[in-house]
Order: sequence, then structure tokens, then C-alpha cells
Amino acid sequence: MAGRHETDVAILGAGPIGLFAVFELGLLDLKAHLIDILDRPGGQCTELYPEKPIYDIPGLPVVSGQELTDKLLQQVKPFDPQFHLGQMACGLDKLPDGRWRLKTDAGTEIIAPVVVVAAGAGSFVPKRPPIAGIADYEGRSVHYAVRKMDAFRGKNILIAGGGDSALDWTINLAPLAAKLTLGHHRDGFRAQQHSVNKMRELAAHGKINFEIASVKALHGANGALEEVTLASPDKREWRHACDTFMPFFGLTIKLGPIAEFGLNLHGDRIPVDTEKFESSTPGIFAIGDINSYPGKLKLILCGFHEAALMAQAAFHICRPNEKLRFQYTTSSSSLQKKLGVA
Amino acid sequence: MKIIATDRKGEVHSLEGRDGWSVMEILRDAGLPVAAECGGACACATCQVYVDSEWYEKLPPKSDAETDMLDMAIAVEPNSRLSCQITCSEEIDGIKLTIAPE
Repeated sequence: MAGRHETDVAILGAGPIGLFAVFELGLLDLKAHLIDILDRPGGQCTELYPEKPIYDIPGLPVVSGQELTDKLLQQVKPFDPQFHLGQMACGLDKLPDGRWRLKTDAGTEIIAPVVVVAAGAGSFVPKRPPIAGIADYEGRSVHYAVRKMDAFRGKNILIAGGGDSALDWTINLAPLAAKLTLGHHRDGFRAQQHSVNKMRELAAHGKINFEIASVKALHGANGALEEVTLASPDKREWRHACDTFMPFFGLTIKLGPIAEFGLNLHGDRIPVDTEKFESSTPGIFAIGDINSYPGKLKLILCGFHEAALMAQAAFHICRPNEKLRFQYTTSSSSLQKKLGVA
Repeated sequence: MKIIATDRKGEVHSLEGRDGWSVMEILRDAGLPVAAECGGACACATCQVYVDSEWYEKLPPKSDAETDMLDMAIAVEPNSRLSCQITCSEEIDGIKLTIAPE
């Protein structure tokens, strides 16, 4: 889906608020494209707490993060939103015709008169261990993800972590690596039991090494890793030779490139008015956890309200010569036609 | 009750805890830099603290969920806890802890 796309509204963030914005915009015949750094919609709901219950969504006494996302996707389906997933929005500029151009690191460009920032707390990025100088090794010797498995053939790999990614990659890279060591701070794992069993089997057969230890320091030159210092829970330290270090501690949220978009920021949030939820830059709206205004509460239900009011204002920007007809889904046959139920 | 919290710069803060609140909430409301991304659901491991050993022993033990979640924390030490899982009470009046690196 790379390439250039023209639409009514570019939504940055496919979490629950970005998704519901598609619905409110859709009722007004506004089309939307969504960008998200995660490879599936849902944002924090699916990334942080897919199975945890949410009890404060009006009308849904209990719903899990994944269920809420699934229901929202079902709700917005009639409006055929276009998703650009696994991409980070990395640039925003204004075109001579007054529209905005939102660019992603995958080369996608979305041209639209309205941009809605529904980015929550920012972008999910891998957690980086607080080891001095680690940035110098990133890209060459330190990797937070596997894009091509073959790139790790013949390497002397150290994987750190105890979750599913750490265990899965230990198992999957073991046959390719010259040597593979898994380091974890305890002899227990958050990962799926069958993965843990498989890892222990590989270790028992000498195909991998398992160390109850954490990485304390990196040693090498010019981005090429040669050794790490490992430390056991009882503070014993030793050197371990490896050329590749892969920390898998899940994701954390950083504001990321939004900070460079030239928007007015208050801390890590975008101040908005409470009539339209527009930022101080006309045509750029911010809804959900990313915005701030007096009395703001970081609740999904507040974001839904913000999306509805934003959509009204977006309509006037996208359709300056048309009259907005406010209607209810209960009674309007034209809305019901859009929803595919009439 | 008091919480004696050392931030990442080494500065020590004496905070007033509230019975029944989580330590994470007290740290966050005091403006200390615990991300607590999931809001206290034991789902993100971004509110990690190191509890001074004398206090670590006095805390109710970690749940399985907390032990598992700590696998997704960085720079875990034997005295690591997730501050959203520690409840303020008179029994831990004076607890000393340090906010883990991010």
C-alpha cells in the first residue's frame, strides 16, 4: 500500500479512537486513511491488554481490549477505511493547494485537507536496555527485530528476554546461528509453555546455551560487537563472546516523530480546543490520549466524544460548500444506507 | 505513610502514600517519571522500581502475573517490583525504593 493516496482525512493511529473517528467521519461521507506503526489495528488495546477486561465503555458492561477492537472494526467496515500498518508517520507538510501531506517511513504519502492525530501516547517502539553505548551497535550488532532470518546465519547470537519473542527467536534462529545463547534473569519464562519446553530441549542437546544472567555492558569497536559482560542474579560477572545481541523486552511508547511535526506541544501532548478538538494549526486535530485541554481525562469514552465533535469540524474543511445535515442513525434512512442496513 | 523514592538522577523524594493506593499512583501523581503505560493493569512493565532489601522482604510476595510481567522489564534485579502491584499501607510506612531506568 505504499504510494500516494488522496483522501478526506488522514488519521494517525489506528487505536480505538482512530477507529471510531472513521465511523463518525463516515456518517458525514468523509473517507479516511489510517497509519499505525503496529502491524494490526487496536493500539494499546491489542498491544498492551488484549485479554484484560474494560468495564467503562458505555453499553458494554465488560469487553476485552481485543473484543473492543474487533467490534470497532466491524462498526467501521461499511466505510471501507484504508489501513497503512507497520509504518511510522515520519513527516507532515502543507502543499501549495492547502492540503496536508503525511509521509511514512515506508514511503506512503497521504494527501488530505484534514489530519487527525489519534496517536495515544505516541509510537510503540522496542524497549531498549539501559546499557551504556548500546546505540552505537544498533543496526549492525544489536537488533530488536528480525526482518530477514538469513541475515543471522553463521552469527554468534545472544538473545535476552523471557517472553514469547525471546523464546520464539531462540528456537527459530538456533538452526542458522553458529552459536546461540539465551540470557534471562530467572529460570522461568512468561512465554508459552510449549516454547519453553522446546528451548529446554535444545539446551539439553547442546544446540543452544541458556544462562540465568543479564547483559551489563557491551564491548567492541565501530559498532561491531565482540563481547558482552553478563551478570548473574547473585552479582557474579563474566565476559561472553558474541557478535550479535538481540534484546526482546517488548514494546514501549515514545512520542516519536510527532514531536518534529511543528505542532504546538504541551509536554508530550497536543493542546486542543474543546469545541472541535483542533490543534493550534488549522486542519490538524488531536483526539484521544494525545490531546490536552482543561479537565481532560484519558478515557476511551472521552476519545469517542472527541471524535464525534472533530468530525463535524472536519466536514466544514473538507466540504466548504456543503451544508452539514445532522442526523441520527436510529431514524435516518440515508445514514442507514451508508451503514448497509437499509 | 511515607514513601522514600529515589529518582533516576539520584534525587530523593519523601512522598505521602495513601492507604489502598498503589505506589505507582503516588509516584506518578508526584510527577516522578514512571511511564506506567498500561495505567496499572500489570500489563506493560514500565513502572519498575528497585525496593531496598530491608523493605523488599516485608512486601507481600509477587503474584505470578507480576513475576511474568517482569520478564518484559529491562534491567531487572533481584529486588525489582512493579510499583503498580505494591499497595500503600501502614505496614510499609517508610518504604525505600529507586525508580528503574527506562
